[in-house]
Formats: sequence, structure tokens, C-alpha cells
Amino acid sequence: MDHSTKIAIRNLNVTAGKTQILKNISIDIPKNKITVILGPSGCGKTTLLKCLNRLTDLYPELKVSGQILIDDSNILAAKEDIYKLRQQMGLLSQRPYPLPMTIYNNIAYALKLRGIRGRRETHKFVVQYLQQANLWEEIRTRLREPASRLSIGQQQRLCLARGLAVNPEIILADEPTSALDPISSQFIEETFVRLKHDYTIVLVTHVLRQAKRIADNVVFMYLGDVIEQGSVEEVFGNPKMEKTKLYLGGTFN
Amino acid sequence: MLMVLATYFILVILAIIIYSIFEKGLKSISWEMLTQVPQGGYYYGKGGGILNAIMGSLSLAFGATVLAFLIGMPVALYLNVFLIRHKRVISVIRFLLDLVWGIPSIVYGAFGFSLMIFFGLQTSLLAGILTVTLFILPIMIRSMDEILCTVPIGLQEAAYSLGSNKSEIAFKIFTRQSVSGIITAVLLSFGRGIGDAAAVLFTAGYTDHMPNGMLEPVATLPLSIFFQLSSPVPEVQNRAYASALVLTLIILVVSLFSRGLGKRYHKTKINF
Repeated sequence: MDHSTKIAIRNLNVTAGKTQILKNISIDIPKNKITVILGPSGCGKTTLLKCLNRLTDLYPELKVSGQILIDDSNILAAKEDIYKLRQQMGLLSQRPYPLPMTIYNNIAYALKLRGIRGRRETHKFVVQYLQQANLWEEIRTRLREPASRLSIGQQQRLCLARGLAVNPEIILADEPTSALDPISSQFIEETFVRLKHDYTIVLVTHVLRQAKRIADNVVFMYLGDVIEQGSVEEVFGNPKMEKTKLYLGGTFN
Repeated sequence: MLMVLATYFILVILAIIIYSIFEKGLKSISWEMLTQVPQGGYYYGKGGGILNAIMGSLSLAFGATVLAFLIGMPVALYLNVFLIRHKRVISVIRFLLDLVWGIPSIVYGAFGFSLMIFFGLQTSLLAGILTVTLFILPIMIRSMDEILCTVPIGLQEAAYSLGSNKSEIAFKIFTRQSVSGIITAVLLSFGRGIGDAAAVLFTAGYTDHMPNGMLEPVATLPLSIFFQLSSPVPEVQNRAYASALVLTLIILVVSLFSRGLGKRYHKTKINF
């Protein structure tokens, strides 16, 4: 594993009952880059993401085997401190799930989990993360309102700010713009590009144009297999596999 | 058409019940009835009131609801948060709870009575509270459970991904997301507790005095209704309707109050 690799997935298998969702896949995810995982619906992209922060633990029917090395330690073997481990990663899901509390407390809750409790310090960080997620200017006067009153686009940015607040090294995003309007989507994309200097970003999407716009690295998956992976120039410019060509050409999706 | 008929049929029946309680109850309800305990010979037409039963029922139902909440809330959270990987265990527990929900309250009364004998207790407020607690626990747990079930997996994932542990998920996420439903569950249990006669028949006893201590018998409204209805004197029988009116009004007030409370906490809930 060379130095630039943040996450190394080795021979990962996931089965649910008799169906195999991920088939012995191996992926290298480079540090401080945006890695886009592409593929048609149902190819196992979301499951892959859930393996990375062990949310698969919530689903008793999923059996996971193989290795996921983050900074050389296998997180699938970790018995304790799964909670600490999850804090290394911020998660952005397909649709925003703000916590059932005020806007301010959504961030403060995450800060508390990270160990920040002092009032002044909390406030400083709340402002900082809301700014990073491009939300502060819009909601600075509404901090004590329930998060449920925000628009969907604002909620998604709130979730991003909340994910950043636990001070992760990695951002996992599962089609984070699929429920959003174009302007909110653009906000999120811009934020990702800005954040990649400090974070390793794994983005699942099925929007080809989005992948082209912001990806450094592309992984193409199909029915639980990794078909092709490499830099965006390689995969988009000169795909080697027949399936990748077909998918990029829009012949199937 | 069938749906319309069924709906109006039920509404009419309910209206008739409420009308007859109000019609007969309002005639014989009086300030004296609400503020005095029964005097000697009350059940044969002498003076006095049912304050003893009002206070008895309130303290009994309140005690049982608090106790059942303290036991039931953790159980419901445990089912939905800690047992998430054990779907089969959850469904067995749910099945058992549904089963005990269906047991008639007289059986709880008999069970409470035998427990009482075992511990050497007399008919008392304490024995009544314990029996009613047992009786409303399945109702409390299952109705909270039904609400907690609806907390979306996406919200749980979001909270877990921040590094929350299971207790934090239970007490900060599930409870906040479900406040209004939890209040409804508590109210439902309170209503069942205060309205039940059979569970308290052997265990809480009956008395003409005000409740004075956990180890003394207490009067309850359902039993007071029963005794008044069994009287041969028509005037006393009408008082039973007045007692029923009081019971109905208590439940109405409690439910309006909890509605208001639920609304106050409703606004942070995330709608999906």
C-alpha cells in the first residue's frame, strides 16, 4: 500500500442470505482526492459505503468478510470503539436526516460526541462548520429553530456541517445531491472540491456529469463487481472494459 | 358505502353513550357530590359525595402510570435500539406482550390478589397500584414500541455515523423523535388504568374515607359507579351516571392536556 492510499479495500464480500451483494472486490482510495463510485442502481454502491463505517452492523442479514484497511488498520476486525471509528468518517446520505432538535443543537450534538462541551468553544465551532458547509449566511438568525424547518437543500448542508463537526478524515457521500435542486447540488459540489485538500472524499453517484465535474478517481461497479478503476482521465477518456464503454456511452444504466 | 355506514354507525353509538351519561349525570351531579365523602347510608339515598373515589382513582391511576412509564420506556427503547440485530427475539417479545395485553383485567386482579396474600399485604392503594401497573404495562410498552418502530433507519444511520453509542441513540434520538407518540401512549395507559374496575376489585378494596396512605384501602370511581348502580334506590342509581360523567371528564381533561403538551414538543420532530 503506497502512502497516498487512505482506504484499501481487499477481497470484500457482502452477502444477504443467498444473494451476493459485493463480489470479492478490491479498491484503493487515495488520500485527499475525490473518488467517485459509479454504477447503475443496485450494483452495491451504497452497501460498499455502509461497510466503510460499519453501518452494516445495523443489518443482521448482511454478512461481511474481507478487509478494509484505513491507515493500515483493518476496521472490519475492530471489536471495540466502533463509535470512535465512525467518527473518522462523516456521512452524507441520499436524503438529509437532520436530528430532531434545533439547527444549533444538530452541530452541538456532534461536537459533544467529539468531546467539545464548553459553551464558547461550541459556539465558535458551530459557526465555523456552518460556514464551511456554505450555510451560515442563510441561517445565522435562525439557529434556535428546529432543523426540520429548513429546506431540503439547507438540511443537506446542515448534515454536511454536522458530519464535519466530528472532525473526520474521510467524507462518505451517498448520492448526496439526488434529492436536491440544481443550486443546492452545485453548493454541495463546490464544497466538496474545496474540502478535498483536508479530507478524503468518497462519493457515490449515478450522475455521469457530476462525476466528470469533480472526480479525481473513478471506480465503476456493475452487479457487485468492480469493472474498472483509475484516474478520471483513464476511465472516462480511455475506458478499457466493454461494460464501462457501454455505460459511459449511455447504452445501459 | 359500507365504510360510510360503519363510520356513522360507530359515531352514533358513541354519541348515544356520551349523551346518556351527560343527560342522566348532569341531573344528579352536585357540588356536594364532588366535594364530600359518602355519609353513612349514602348508598341508600343519604347525603355525601364521591370525593373519596375521585381522589382514590386519581392517585391510583397516576401512581400506576408513573410506575409503568418508568418500567415500560426502557423496555420499549431496549427492544428498538439494543435488540436491532436480533429480529427474532424482538418478534417473540412483541408476541408475548400482545398476548398479555389481551388477558382480561380480572385475571390481573386475581393475580394481584394472590401476590398480595403472598406478601401479606391488605387491600391497599399500594396493591392496587402494583396490579394496575402490571395491567397497563403491556399497553404502555407496545404503544411506545409502535411509535419507536417508525424512527427511520436513515436517521439512525445518521446518528450512528456521528459516533453516537446506543444509549445516546435511545435517549437523545428515539425519544426526541417520538415525544408526541410517547405522550399518547402514556395517556392511553392512564385512561385504561383509571377506568378499570376488575383489577382493583380485590386489590385496592373500597372505603368511604379519603385515601390516607399507601397501605390503606382506597375507593375508585369504577367501583363507586358499580356500588351506586347496585343500589335499589333510583336516586342513587342516577348518581352513578354523575360518577361516570366525572370519570369521563377526567379522561377528557387529561387527554386535552397531553395533546397540548405533545404539540409543544412536536416541532423538533423530523417529518419523513
